[in-house]
Amino acid sequence: MATATRDQVATRVEDALVEFGADRDAIADDATFEALDIDSLDLVELAQIVEDDYGVALTTKDLEGIDTVGKAIDLVVERVG
Amino acid sequence: MSRRAVITGVGAVSPLGVGADALVDRWSAGECGIADGLGRCTEFDPVELLDRKVARRSDRFTQMALVAADEAIAQAGWGGGAPLPVERIGCVIGTGIGGIGTIEDQHDVLRDRGPEKVTPLGIPLLMANAAAGAVAMRHGLKGQCFGTVSACAAGAHAIGTGLRMVQYGDADAAVIGGTESALTALADAAFAAMGATSPTGISRPFDARRDGFVMGEGAGVLVIEEEEAARARGAEILGRLSGYGATADAHHITAPEPSGEGAVRAMRAALADAGRSAADIDYVNAHGTSTPLNDRAESAALETVLGERAGEIPISSTKSAIGHLLGAAGAVEAVATTLALARRIAPPTVGWSEREEGLDLDYVPDLGRRLASNGRPLVAISNSFGFGGHNAVLCLEAA
Repeated sequence: MATATRDQVATRVEDALVEFGADRDAIADDATFEALDIDSLDLVELAQIVEDDYGVALTTKDLEGIDTVGKAIDLVVERVG
Repeated sequence: MSRRAVITGVGAVSPLGVGADALVDRWSAGECGIADGLGRCTEFDPVELLDRKVARRSDRFTQMALVAADEAIAQAGWGGGAPLPVERIGCVIGTGIGGIGTIEDQHDVLRDRGPEKVTPLGIPLLMANAAAGAVAMRHGLKGQCFGTVSACAAGAHAIGTGLRMVQYGDADAAVIGGTESALTALADAAFAAMGATSPTGISRPFDARRDGFVMGEGAGVLVIEEEEAARARGAEILGRLSGYGATADAHHITAPEPSGEGAVRAMRAALADAGRSAADIDYVNAHGTSTPLNDRAESAALETVLGERAGEIPISSTKSAIGHLLGAAGAVEAVATTLALARRIAPPTVGWSEREEGLDLDYVPDLGRRLASNGRPLVAISNSFGFGGHNAVLCLEAA
C-alpha cells in the first residue's frame, strides 16, 4: 500500500475534481461538493481513482457524510495511513 | 387536426461540418464529407462546444445532439429562455443504437480490470434515451421527453412523434431530432458481416455501381412550434412540418419489402396528414442508402406514389454527401430538406452517374438544382426506413 502526505492527496483530489468539471479556483478544504457541482457519481469515480493510486477501497457507505473537499482528503489520508 | 406546426429552428452536426448551413451549403455545391470510407464529423470538438462536465458525462452521440439542439434553440430565439411554459415543450431525440462507444470501452475495462473498475457514468453514457434527457435538462424542457429506437428511421419517428404532440395539444412546441455516433469497431464489423456496408467505401445512392452504405455520424435537431402561437410572438418561420406517416413492412428483419408497399403507405399517410396529394410534391429527400435493395425498393415505391409525374420530380439522397447516419439520418435529412426548400434548391445525389435499368427517376446528379416557383409554398417528403421494417415519412413545406 502506498503512503502519501496530506498535500499529495489534496493535489490528487483537486486534479480529479477539475477533471470532473469543477472550477479549480473554487476548490478548497471547506468547499462543499454541492457548491462545486460534484455529485454522487463523481464521488464513486473519485473512490475508483483513490483505489487505483493508493490501494484503498472506499465504499459508498464510507462516503456517506463526506460533503466537503477537506473531509474527502482527510478520509483518504486516514485510510492510507 | 386544426393545430399545425412550424419550424423555427434547425441545427446539425454532420460530416460536412458543425451547423445546418454548412450541411446545406456544401451538399448543394456537390461536396462530400466522406473520407476513407467513413462519414466522420472531423470538425466536431465536444470540449470546445460544451463545457467539460457536460462533455465527459455524455457519450459522443449525446454530445452531438446537445450541440445540434443548442443551434436550433438559438435560431428559434429561445437563447434567453423559452417564450412559452417549459411544461408545454416536448423533447424527443431518436437514435439507432445509443452509446455503443461507451459499451465497447467499458466492456474492455470489465474484461481487463474487473467489474469494480467500470465507470459509474456507464449507464447514463450508454442508454439510448440519454440524448433526449440531456437536451431536456440543458434547456429545462419539462413536457414529454423520451427517445425513439427504430434503427435508421429513429430520427424521423422522433420528429413525427413531436409533430403529433403539437397537433394533438399535448405540447405547444417540441425539440425533436436524431443522433448517432457508432463509428466503432464492433458496429463496423457487424454491419460489414451482414453485407450492408460498402466494401469500396463509396456512397452512391441509386447509381448502378452502388455496393452498400457508408456509415456516418452526426445529429440533427428541429424546433417546432404551434403555428398561431409562433406567429403571435413574431417568430421567424423557416418552414412547416406538415405531415407524418409511419408503417411497418412485417416482411424481413433487414431487407425491405421489394415492391416498397410499406413505404408507399407511409408516404401516402404523411401526405394525407399534411392535407396534400402526390401531385403537390416538388422534391423528394430519399432514404437512398446506396444499398442495392433499398434504392431499388424505394424507387419502385416512389414510382407508385408519384405516378405519371415520377420522372419529373427531383429526388436526391443526403447520404451521397455524408453517408448513412443511422438513427440521426432522418433528422439531419429533415434539417437539410427544410433549408433546401427555404432556398428553393434540390441538392444533388453526389456522385450519381450510371443509371441502372429500372431505376428511372431523376436523381439530381452533380449539383443542386433550382426548384421552380409555382406560386405556392414548395412541398417535399423525406423518407426514412429502418432495419426491422420501419417506415417513417415526413412532409415538409416552405414557409
